[in-house]
Amino acid sequence: MESLLNQLPVGLSIGAVLLLIALGLTFTFGQMGVINMAHGEFIMAGAYTAYMLQDWFHGQAVIVALPVAFVVAGTLGWILERAAIRHFYGRPLDTLLLTWGVSLVLQQAARDLFGAPNVQVTAPSWLSGRVELLGGNLPYARLFIMGLATACVVGIWAYMNRSRQGRRMRAVMQNRELAAVSGVATGRVDQLTFFIGSGLAGVAGVALTLIGPVGPSLGTYYIVDAFLVVVAGGLGQLRGAVIAALALGMLNSYGEFWTDASLAKVIVFVVIVGFLQVRPQGLFVLRSRALT
Amino acid sequence: MSARLRGYALFAGVAALFLVVAPLALPAFRLDELAKYLCFAIAALGIGLAWGQGGMLTLGQGVFFGLGGYAMGMYLKLHDAGGDLPDFMVWSGVDKLPALWKPFGNPVFALAAVVVVPVVIATLLGVLVFRQRVRGAYFAILTQALAAAFVILLVGQQGLTGGTNGLTNFYDFFGQDPEADSTQRTTYFVTAIVLGVLYLLARQLVKSRFGRLLVAVRDGEDRVRFLGYNPATVKTITFAISAGMAGIAGALFVPVVGIISPSLLDVVPSLELVVAVAIGGRYTLAGAVLGAVAMNYAKTSFSEQWADGWLYLEGALFIGVMTLAPRGAVGVYEQVRDAIARRRKPVPAPPTASEVPA
Repeated sequence: MESLLNQLPVGLSIGAVLLLIALGLTFTFGQMGVINMAHGEFIMAGAYTAYMLQDWFHGQAVIVALPVAFVVAGTLGWILERAAIRHFYGRPLDTLLLTWGVSLVLQQAARDLFGAPNVQVTAPSWLSGRVELLGGNLPYARLFIMGLATACVVGIWAYMNRSRQGRRMRAVMQNRELAAVSGVATGRVDQLTFFIGSGLAGVAGVALTLIGPVGPSLGTYYIVDAFLVVVAGGLGQLRGAVIAALALGMLNSYGEFWTDASLAKVIVFVVIVGFLQVRPQGLFVLRSRALT
Repeated sequence: MSARLRGYALFAGVAALFLVVAPLALPAFRLDELAKYLCFAIAALGIGLAWGQGGMLTLGQGVFFGLGGYAMGMYLKLHDAGGDLPDFMVWSGVDKLPALWKPFGNPVFALAAVVVVPVVIATLLGVLVFRQRVRGAYFAILTQALAAAFVILLVGQQGLTGGTNGLTNFYDFFGQDPEADSTQRTTYFVTAIVLGVLYLLARQLVKSRFGRLLVAVRDGEDRVRFLGYNPATVKTITFAISAGMAGIAGALFVPVVGIISPSLLDVVPSLELVVAVAIGGRYTLAGAVLGAVAMNYAKTSFSEQWADGWLYLEGALFIGVMTLAPRGAVGVYEQVRDAIARRRKPVPAPPTASEVPA
């Protein structure tokens, strides 16, 4: 029983990381129908930002890196949107392949810039302890990630539901044409959404430096699971993303606990396909009269 | 000459190139490499069918390629061991042959499994997914997740699958020495002929009523449903056929290259196959096949020169093709051909059947 409870914080923290990554994806996917495979490389860019900042800020680099990585990854995403993706709206499968090409280039660029071996980012000393929780040990670093994910969700929620810009974003997501004829500059909303979504990937990257080393292929480990969160949660659905990310984190952690790591992924896959039998469009669906 | 005759003449020409000219002109080592590209071309043919004709972007063909490859590898391993345990099982401390392996000692069972296992799994997934109208990007993501899960499973079950190393070190291919030039020539011919036959079958399928229905599903699934057809059935059948092709490709890959391992089936190799199809031209089967051969040739020769540069080139090539020529090399060729025809004959040509709305 005790070890059963032990898995709970592990699952929660895996879920928190997935949530940070999936938050950006679900909006770029939900609003623009863009499947951004380069999202994983924005995570990597965020992580390397923290690594670079170490030279100046040493132990506190992670804290400084959070806003910086947001801007760095966001700018990368913005450039990608302007340079390529905006020509692809309405062709979601093509964006998947296009952005995969981009991700290949970015990965190789990271290998050339920072070297192929993994690098380490030193966590701040005040994050090195652990806390006794439910009979288990929870490192402060994981607790910090959970807090960060919560803060990001609250921030996004406030942005979407309490700001003018967020209202425009919801309008475009619900009905692009109608938003456009009502005077919303959809192109500008797309740019901003892409900036924020990619920026969140950068923040996730900084968070990942707390729990592991940083390498050029960092993003590829998380991108598939993050997309599953989007699929299970429903497109552009904040609530859906939160629930799906936590459920997937739990499923991963308990799956590994009861069987072994290699079977856990298969179980997750089977559960998701099973879940789609009940809810083919994910947990929450944007109601619309459109056929597809 | 009618277009149909011209098509057959072209096919005969390409077949002669691969079956007569290539074996005469290439040393055994290069011929074996070409056989490898042809294996990928078989898998690409399946992708051309599922994605190009049916609009199902499958990012997990590596799974079916792997299932075929492992079925073949398991038989060869058991045959080599001759009643004992395969070598890697001894190394990982397995003392009894797992039940999963037992039937693969029979060559007929193993060869049947090469096609049947991928087809059954694809059908199962297709029924579950397409019936619920899960499509487009959702389907692509699911197949990618399947590929990721499959590879993790293969790596994790060391005693059952050989882990990261996969299945390798084969000493006997149906009575032939795998290292001998003659064996390599034979496997090359077998691969080339299988590709040719599958290509003709796939072409026939595309030209049939079923093929028209498939394209209709791609371009307007709901309209097809309103006309009284069930798009889920059409898609599931096509997906299963493409999985079967990938299985055959994987099984041929084992004798040609001498190894089947998880790194060959992962998310990235599966995507690379799709890339090759896109670059060749996804809307024609020939484009898919030629794309796979050309891309893998380019990859091998480029990696020999400058390994790191390949990823830049592949990425750039891909971005370029998707932005400038989404219909791939075949699309560019058709555009040029039509432009020349228009210049000769200033009458505006009606839109051809092969033109697809973006």
